[in-house]
Amino acid sequence: MRVAILQFPGSNCDTDALHAFGGVLGLEAELVWHKADSLKGFDAVVLPGGFSYGDYLRCGAIARFSPIMEAVKAFAAEGGPVMGICNGFQILCEVGLLPGALIRNNCLEFRCTTSELKVEDSDERFNTQKLGQSIRIPIAHGEGNYRIDEAGLAELEANKQVLFRYAENPNGAVGDIAGIRNKAGNVIGMMPHPERAVERFMPSMDGLPVLRAFLELTSVSV
Amino acid sequence: MASTVTPSNPDPLLNVAITPELVEKHGLTQDEYKLILDILGREPNLTELGIFSVMWSEHCSYKNSRPLLKTFPTQKADPNAPGQVLVKAGEENAGVIDIGDGWAICFKIESHNHPSAVEPFEGAATGVGGIIRDIFTMGARPVLLTNSLRFGDLSSAQSQRIFRGVVHGISHYGNCIGIPNVGGDVYFDECYEGNPLVNALCLGILRHDQIKRGAATGIGNPVYYVGPPTGRDGLGGASFASRELSEESAADRPAVQKGDPFMEKLLIEACLEMMAQEGLVVGIQDMGAAGLTCSTCETAARGGSGIEIELDEVPQRETGMNSYEIMLSESQERMLVIAQKGREKELEAIFEKWDLHAVQVGEVKPGEDMVVTQHGSPVVHLPAAKLADDAPVYLRESKEPEHFAKCRAWSPDSLPAADAGTLQAALVKLLGHPTIASKRWITQQYDHMVMTGTVIEPGSDAAVVRLRLEGAEKLIAIANDCNNRYCWLDPYAGGKIAIAECLRNLACSGARPLGMTNNLNFGNPNKPESYYMLKEAIRGLAEACQFFDIPVVGGNVSLYNENVDKKIDPTPVVSIAGIIDDPAHVTTQYAKTAGNTLVLLGGAPDELGGSYYLKVMHDLKTGAAPEIDLEKEKALADFLRAQIAAGTVKAAHDLSEGGLLCAVAEMCFTPGKTFGAKLNLAGLGEGATLVAALYGESTARALIEVPATEAESVLAAAKAAGVPAQDIGEITAASELAVALGGETLSWSTTELRSTWETSIEKVMAR
Repeated sequence: MRVAILQFPGSNCDTDALHAFGGVLGLEAELVWHKADSLKGFDAVVLPGGFSYGDYLRCGAIARFSPIMEAVKAFAAEGGPVMGICNGFQILCEVGLLPGALIRNNCLEFRCTTSELKVEDSDERFNTQKLGQSIRIPIAHGEGNYRIDEAGLAELEANKQVLFRYAENPNGAVGDIAGIRNKAGNVIGMMPHPERAVERFMPSMDGLPVLRAFLELTSVSV
Repeated sequence: MASTVTPSNPDPLLNVAITPELVEKHGLTQDEYKLILDILGREPNLTELGIFSVMWSEHCSYKNSRPLLKTFPTQKADPNAPGQVLVKAGEENAGVIDIGDGWAICFKIESHNHPSAVEPFEGAATGVGGIIRDIFTMGARPVLLTNSLRFGDLSSAQSQRIFRGVVHGISHYGNCIGIPNVGGDVYFDECYEGNPLVNALCLGILRHDQIKRGAATGIGNPVYYVGPPTGRDGLGGASFASRELSEESAADRPAVQKGDPFMEKLLIEACLEMMAQEGLVVGIQDMGAAGLTCSTCETAARGGSGIEIELDEVPQRETGMNSYEIMLSESQERMLVIAQKGREKELEAIFEKWDLHAVQVGEVKPGEDMVVTQHGSPVVHLPAAKLADDAPVYLRESKEPEHFAKCRAWSPDSLPAADAGTLQAALVKLLGHPTIASKRWITQQYDHMVMTGTVIEPGSDAAVVRLRLEGAEKLIAIANDCNNRYCWLDPYAGGKIAIAECLRNLACSGARPLGMTNNLNFGNPNKPESYYMLKEAIRGLAEACQFFDIPVVGGNVSLYNENVDKKIDPTPVVSIAGIIDDPAHVTTQYAKTAGNTLVLLGGAPDELGGSYYLKVMHDLKTGAAPEIDLEKEKALADFLRAQIAAGTVKAAHDLSEGGLLCAVAEMCFTPGKTFGAKLNLAGLGEGATLVAALYGESTARALIEVPATEAESVLAAAKAAGVPAQDIGEITAASELAVALGGETLSWSTTELRSTWETSIEKVMAR
C-alpha cells in the first residue's frame, strides 16, 4: 500500500506523518510536493499538520488552491481515503471536502497538551468496539474551534459523522467535536494528532488504531 | 587597502562631515572614532560610520567581554575523549560537538532583551527566529528550542503585559516553524521590572560532513542574497541593544524587527536542500544583527578575501532607501550565500521551488576590502577584517559592590523564630510563587511535541528529545539554569552554581554533559560595580567548566540591561546539552510507585542565604550565596548516573529554589496522579536549623525514589561513593505530605498544594 503525505509550504508535521505511516506502520509512504498535480498510484492521502502558507488569510485558505488539491478532490470523488490532521483538517474544510470550519480557540491561545477523546460509534471502522470508549491523543493548535451551522450540525449527528469528541473541550468546538468524516466515510478530518501517539515513549499509543482504522478504508473503497 | 578618498553617496545626507555629535549618536566614543580615522586614513561617510558603529557594538564585537570570555575552555581536555568540539566558540555562528556515529549537535543561546522590553511579541518572536538561523546556517537541522526568561514581579501590570507578549511571541514563531519548544527556565523577580530577559536557544543536528562555514572564499564566486526583501525595519538593532533602556526607548520602536516564521520555515527547508548538494555552497551566513553589513564583512574576514556587492541588486521592500538604510536594516529571515561559480542555476532552482528570492548581489574579490556600490559607484569601501576583528577591546575598572559586605554579615539569627505555623505556610507560599509554580500556562502555548521526538515534556529537571537519524538513534537532554539572587550576592559562586545546577538536572535525567552555551546578561560595563559582576561571574563559570571538562561552544553577551533607575541582577544564563546513552536511563522527577523509599542525597547544611524562603516569607535578598563545592557536585552527578544505569532509580529530582520540601512536593505532582509522602526529618542535618533543613537551598543535593527493597544497598553505595545519603521516608498513595520533626508533625494535602502550584500563574494571567 502506498500512502501520499502532502507537503505544502509551511507543513511541519509532514515528516512526523511519514514516520508514523512509513517507519512505524511499515508502509510505503512518500512526501508529495503541493505543486504536483497527480496522486496516481497512491492508495491513501494524508494532509499533515502545520501552518500552510503561514496560516495567512485563514488557516488552509491558500493551500486549498495548491495544484495538488485538484488531484485530492478527484481522488476523494472516486472514494479514495483522505485524512486531514490539524492544518490538514482545516484545508479539507476550506476546500469543501468536509463540512464546517475551524476558528480561533475560544481561549485565544495555542494549546499543546494530550487530550482525552470520546470515541463515537460512527461506522464500521470508527467505533468504540474497535477503538475503545476513550483514547488519549495530543493536540497542538491555535485554531481548532470547530464551527458549523445548526442544520449542518444536525446533519452531522444524524449521519453519525462525528468520530471523536473532547472529554474536556480545549477550544470551544461546537458539540465538543474533535474529528469528523464526510457522509460517504472516505474523507476524515481531526484536530488531534494521531501520528504523535504511535511509539512507547509518546504520551500514548492510541494513535496507531486510529491510523489503522483510516487505512482500512483502502480495502473497501479503492 | 581601503580607498583613500571618502566614497560619495547618491544621497547627499550621507556625505555630511562627521561631527562629534554624530559619533556619539552612533554609540561610539571619540577615541573609537580616532581609531577609525587611523584605520581608514581618511574620514568615513555616514554609511561607513554606521557600519563601524554596528560592527563595533558590544553585540557584534564583544569589546567589553572578549578578554574575559577567553578564559572559557573551548575544547575537551583530552583530545581522545568522546564529545570533541568540531567547531569552536567564536569561529562560526555556533559551535559544533561530536555525538558519535558521524553525527554532531550544534547549539547556541542568544538574547533579545531590549527588543522584548520595547515590543514584547515581536521582540521575542524575532529572538527565536534569529537563533534558529544561527543553527541552520551551520548546515544543521534545528530539532529543539528552549528559552531562559526573566520578568519583573508578576503582580505588576507591566510585567504581566510583557510576560504575555513574550510568551505569545515565542509561541507564535516556534509553533509555526515546527520546532518543538521543550523547556528552559523562567524567573520572576522585581529586578527585571521593565527589563525582561529573553534568551532563546536552538539546537540542531548534522553529520560531520555537513558542517558549513561562514567564509567568503574563491575569487569570482557569486554572492547571493536569499530571503524576503529589505525594509527599513530594525535599523541599527545591534547598537540599540548595546545601550541602556531609557524613557525614550519607546521611540526606538523602528529598531525592533518584525518576524515571519512562515518565511523562515521556507528558508530552512530551501537552505538545507541547497547545503545537501555537495560543493554548491562555499559559505553561508545569516543576516542577523547588523544585517547585510555584518554578513558581508564577517564572511570576507573569515575567508581572507574581499567582497563586493551592488545595492541596486538587493531586493527592497520600500522605495528610496539609501545605502545607510539598506546596509543597516535588520529585516528578518535573510541569508547571504556564497555559491560555487558555475552552479548558479542549480541554486536558483532550489529557491524557485520554495518560492523564495535568490538574487546575486555581488562576488568574492581579490584583496581584503568590503566594497559596496550603488548605481555602479562605490558608496562604502572598508577593510573587512579590520572592521570585523579589530574593534577596540576594553578591560574596565571594577569594584566590589557595596551591598556585599552587608549581605555577608547577615545572620539568620536576626529572623524571628519560625513556629510551626510559619513552616506550614511557607510551603504553600513557595509553591505558589511564580518562579517555583508550574509553568503550564507557558508550556501549553508552545508546541513541544512536533517532530515526535519529545521523550520528557517540559516540567521535569531536563528536557529529553529522541532523534531519528540514519543509522542511529540519539537521546539529547538539555537544561537551562541561573539563579539571579545567588549571583547578586556573589557572582563568582552564582556562576559556579548555575553550571552545577544544570549538571544536576542532566544527571537526574540520566544524561552526561556534552557542552555549554551561555548568555551573559549584565548591566552597563562602564560602571565599575556592574563590570565586577560580569568579571566575577565569568570567573565562576570558567572555573566550573574547566573542572567538569565541559567545553563552551559559544553564546551571547547582553550588557546595558538597565532600566531608567535600576539595573538587573547579574544573570549569566547557562545551558548545557547532554546525551543519554541508553533509552532505559531516561529518568523523570515524577514519583512512580507508592511504598518506594525517598533518599536524600547531599544532606541538609545550615544555609538560608539568597533563598526563596527569605524572599517569600521575609522579603529579604541577603545572606551568603549557598556554598558550592565542585568535588561534591561531581560525586553526586556520578553517583546519580551510576544508580540510574544500575536501574535502582525510579525518579530523581535536584534540590534548588524552595529547598527540600518543594522538591518532595514537585515529585508528588506526577502527571495524571498526585502522590503523597510520609517523611521523618527528625535529626536531619545535624546542627541545621529546622527552617534551613526544610527550605534552605544548599547545593550538591538531589532526591531519588528507589524501591524499598533496594534502599539499603543504595545507601551503602552512596557511602562508598562519598555522597551523604539518608532514607527520609516513603512515597504514599494517599495525597498527604506528612513531615515528622521529632516532636511535632507538619501535614499538607498534596492535592491542595498541587492546585496552588498548578494555577498560580494562570490565576494572574486569566483574561
